[in-house]
Amino acid sequence: MDIVEELLKGNRLALSRAITAIENEYDDAVEIMKKLYPHTGHAFVLGITGPPGAGKSTLTDKLAKAYRAQGKTVGIIAIDPTSPFTGGAILGDRIRMNGLTMDEGVFIRSMGTRGSLGGLSHKTADAIKAMDAFGKDVIFVETVGVGQSEVDIVKAADTTMVVLIPGMGDDIQAIKAGILEIGDVFTINKADHDGADKLVRELNMMLDLDAHSEQMTQNSTEKALADQFHHLNVAKHAAGAAWRPPIQKVIASQNEGVAETIENIEKHFKYISENGILQQRRTERSKNEMLDVLHNNIGTYITRRLADTGELEEYVGQIKRRETDPYTVVADIMRDMLKE
Amino acid sequence: MEKRIRVLVAKPGLDGHDRGAKVVARALRDAGFEVVYTGLRQTPEQIAEAALQEDVNVIAMSILSGAHPHLFPKVVDLVRKNGMDDVLIIGGGVIPETDIPALKEAGVSEVFTPGTPTGSIVDFIKANVK
Repeated sequence: MDIVEELLKGNRLALSRAITAIENEYDDAVEIMKKLYPHTGHAFVLGITGPPGAGKSTLTDKLAKAYRAQGKTVGIIAIDPTSPFTGGAILGDRIRMNGLTMDEGVFIRSMGTRGSLGGLSHKTADAIKAMDAFGKDVIFVETVGVGQSEVDIVKAADTTMVVLIPGMGDDIQAIKAGILEIGDVFTINKADHDGADKLVRELNMMLDLDAHSEQMTQNSTEKALADQFHHLNVAKHAAGAAWRPPIQKVIASQNEGVAETIENIEKHFKYISENGILQQRRTERSKNEMLDVLHNNIGTYITRRLADTGELEEYVGQIKRRETDPYTVVADIMRDMLKE
Repeated sequence: MEKRIRVLVAKPGLDGHDRGAKVVARALRDAGFEVVYTGLRQTPEQIAEAALQEDVNVIAMSILSGAHPHLFPKVVDLVRKNGMDDVLIIGGGVIPETDIPALKEAGVSEVFTPGTPTGSIVDFIKANVK
């Protein structure tokens, strides 16, 4: 089977095989990505993140059904943690999405993190592209259940939704850095539980403070453009009118608040499209993609060469005996390689 | 990165007994496999479609209800029809010894009955997966 040709024709098994090749870094993976790349860039990518048990999968299921009702095709990438000890994983997000399995307009793929710590897997971005090339209109990326600092999703998604539930801590939690800073849209799930209104109030306060402190620090923020999350700053400052992330109370299991959540997501997408932020985010993403491949390939190339010539072992011995240090060694290696 | 064995653990049929499936899923996880767990009351169509989307190497079905003579071969048929010829299909649960030859005839590679150590399921998969 010619995976690329079949994938572009709409063969679901070909899409599935392409993602496997990407995930396992098979020899043909790079070739597949090269051929798929020109067909990407059309899908809307929605990131869904939040703590374990917040209801991300259940909400994904409901949102996917709502998009299907609009006639849009949906891809879902659901990520669960890989064991750092055995490499095994239980990928259980499909349990909440069984109603979507027989819908031909939906394709769900579960992925293990396989050592990645940012809430995604290293290959999530390429899996998104495979679904994009396949022709999916909307691609949901559901992260692992996150703690406070797994924020890689913002690098992959056009719009990031943070799903929270009541009862997870006091208002200091709401002013901490990390995942609360990355939400374009907030959803308070299990809103029938105690504390939902309190959580909404605390989040509102945090988000209003954001808007205020940004006005105060606009100049210094502009200097922080080299920061890897620079597109977030851009997003908030573009065109002068800042986006104030909306908060929606939801009971996903009963489909309550889902329509309003979709409205919020669409409003955000309209906002970033009209203000040029979407283009800026996608430019930033292209840059990250290229640099990732560059760093990865150079690292692999140099490591392999050092291993082949035996220099790697030699350097390691010298460092261990404290005859030299890693910084000097790497500076020497870089000088030698760049001379060639 | 080396290939990682992916297993779909599925519960066909209408019984709600998933303890066995969960114990097996956990054992497979500990053996370093990626286990896609789909939950209770799956139709053969759902199992075959999930196997396709997840590109699994193994489908492991657990059943208590007694519907295995009907459901297991149906899954084998649908999976092969989808063009997944290499997938190893195994079953387990409360299945009478006398039913096993027919299931194997239908394309179920092995059937594990109550009392099977989880290690032998892991060993079987490692030895037979393609």
